[in-house]
Amino acid sequence: MSARRAAAAVIVVVLLSLVSSCAWHPSIAPIEPPARASFDAKLIAKGAELAAIGDCNSCHTAPGGRTYAGGRALETPFGTIYGTNITPDPYTGIGNWPPAAFVRAMREGVDREGHHLYPAFPYNHFTRMSDDDLAALYAYLMTREPVRVETPANKLAFPFNIRALIAGWKLLYLERAAFASNTQQSNEWNRGAYLVEGLAHCGACHTPRNRLGAEKKDERFAGGEIEGWHAPALNASAPAPVPWTAERIYTYLRTGSEEAHGATAGPMAPVVHNLSGVSESEVRAIATYIASLTAQASAERQKRGQELVARAQSGGPLAIPQAASDPGAQIYRGACGVCHDTPRDQTTSGAALNLTLSSAVAAPSPRNLVNFILDGIVPDEGTRGRWMPGFAGALTDGQIVALVNYLRQYAAGAQPWKDVGEVVKQARRGMPESYAQR
Amino acid sequence: MINLNVNGRAYPVDADPDTPLLYVLRDHLQLNAAKFGCGLGQCGACTVMVDGQAVFSCITPISVLANRQVKTVEALGTAESPGPVQRAFIEEQAAQCGYCIPGMMMRAQALLEKNALPTAAQIRAHMSTNLCRCGTHMRILRAVARAAGYMKTGSGGNGR
Repeated sequence: MSARRAAAAVIVVVLLSLVSSCAWHPSIAPIEPPARASFDAKLIAKGAELAAIGDCNSCHTAPGGRTYAGGRALETPFGTIYGTNITPDPYTGIGNWPPAAFVRAMREGVDREGHHLYPAFPYNHFTRMSDDDLAALYAYLMTREPVRVETPANKLAFPFNIRALIAGWKLLYLERAAFASNTQQSNEWNRGAYLVEGLAHCGACHTPRNRLGAEKKDERFAGGEIEGWHAPALNASAPAPVPWTAERIYTYLRTGSEEAHGATAGPMAPVVHNLSGVSESEVRAIATYIASLTAQASAERQKRGQELVARAQSGGPLAIPQAASDPGAQIYRGACGVCHDTPRDQTTSGAALNLTLSSAVAAPSPRNLVNFILDGIVPDEGTRGRWMPGFAGALTDGQIVALVNYLRQYAAGAQPWKDVGEVVKQARRGMPESYAQR
Repeated sequence: MINLNVNGRAYPVDADPDTPLLYVLRDHLQLNAAKFGCGLGQCGACTVMVDGQAVFSCITPISVLANRQVKTVEALGTAESPGPVQRAFIEEQAAQCGYCIPGMMMRAQALLEKNALPTAAQIRAHMSTNLCRCGTHMRILRAVARAAGYMKTGSGGNGR
């Protein structure tokens, strides 16, 4: 979109916001924080599971901070938005929010006092949640330990710092609609659809967004960008060399690693960490629905996938003779092969994915592969997960470009990516501070 | 033949380009500070510095090191005149068996050359890739903080 069209779009939003000034929302009267005993223990437990499926703690917990106490910076194309404090502290959290205020925030993106909330909070998905699930989530959050900590002010560029404009955004993009089940499909599929499209808000990362930050309706699950990562497509254009199945998706979501696809990393790692503690039936439902988004792979693709898995299990090294003189092949042999060429079970130490199976190498964007090479895979402190050393210090930009191009050609057999050097520079600039120092 | 620059000295090395830097340091150059631990970049015993950054020498082939500066513990000081990081590690008695300590010191050195006043959280995050089987991590963290003080004041040995 050109700058002029973007400006025109902003003007449209401004006008719509003016028109919709009648869409003013009243403040809802505060309450005394409800006593823990006022909530049923079963309801709280159900809410805990829902909060895990919703990955609430990812955005509402600062690095090293108290859970749900907010303060995590979410980098968006419009500036930095901080996850808010959703503990029941009455001064800095949601302790004085009655249920109606909570439901309004989740479904309409309006806080208790009537301010519009930025759609970084994915109420465009939560709007589909049932009354019962919202009541359970409320019960869970209102029985957490209250933490008194102010959320830092957002740092957004003009005009996005004007909250009233969100009213116009909502007119354009927020569809307030309850989930409608599909009677042609199984109960499990419908449960998965309800979770994926609603609470789990998978599309928030896996669907590309338009210039105004709304998910593109005609490109559902076609792959998006989030915080310096490429969120792979979940629809028919999913990049995985071995077609996903419901069973493989279940294993991936449940354990963070799947033998024909590799390990979770980046913003997906906490999602999987949360799902590892959720009921099996819920994760299976999510997997069933996600699998249905990918059209049934052709017989040819399935056969190719089986061949790739068989070859990876037999453990032949990736470096093939024709590529021996490729400068990237030399780096691969010296730096990567010791783990990635091993036929051992991936769950053992030092055994890593055969990169012919890697979605990162087959994806339309090199960003994830570059992230892996630079930073490795580092689980958050105190969480289990696959680990890979980073090579930010060992390899120069030029060497990383050579390695990436080699893998793209020989592991994925795909057309070279453009501007890999620029992506490496961007990734180095965008590194978390703790990694950049290594 | 590959030319390596280690601790400010040029070394012509006759080895396969795929050879890990660690093997060349120990077997060709007799620089034995860096240790072999896992050989997979998972433990950090082999950590040295390349162009100012801490790297795992066991998974860094010498083919990527042309025109780059390698630094090992041998450059930090001597037994008679230990550098700030070495002195801090001695004073905190950070070593038990000592096998991980050269890697720990090089990772600490890389941090302190970039950030002379790291916070406790920054030290923890930075050192997290290096493991100590004896469990002296708390002393190691204290030693890094102490070394930061020495580097700031310029005390604590020659600190080459």
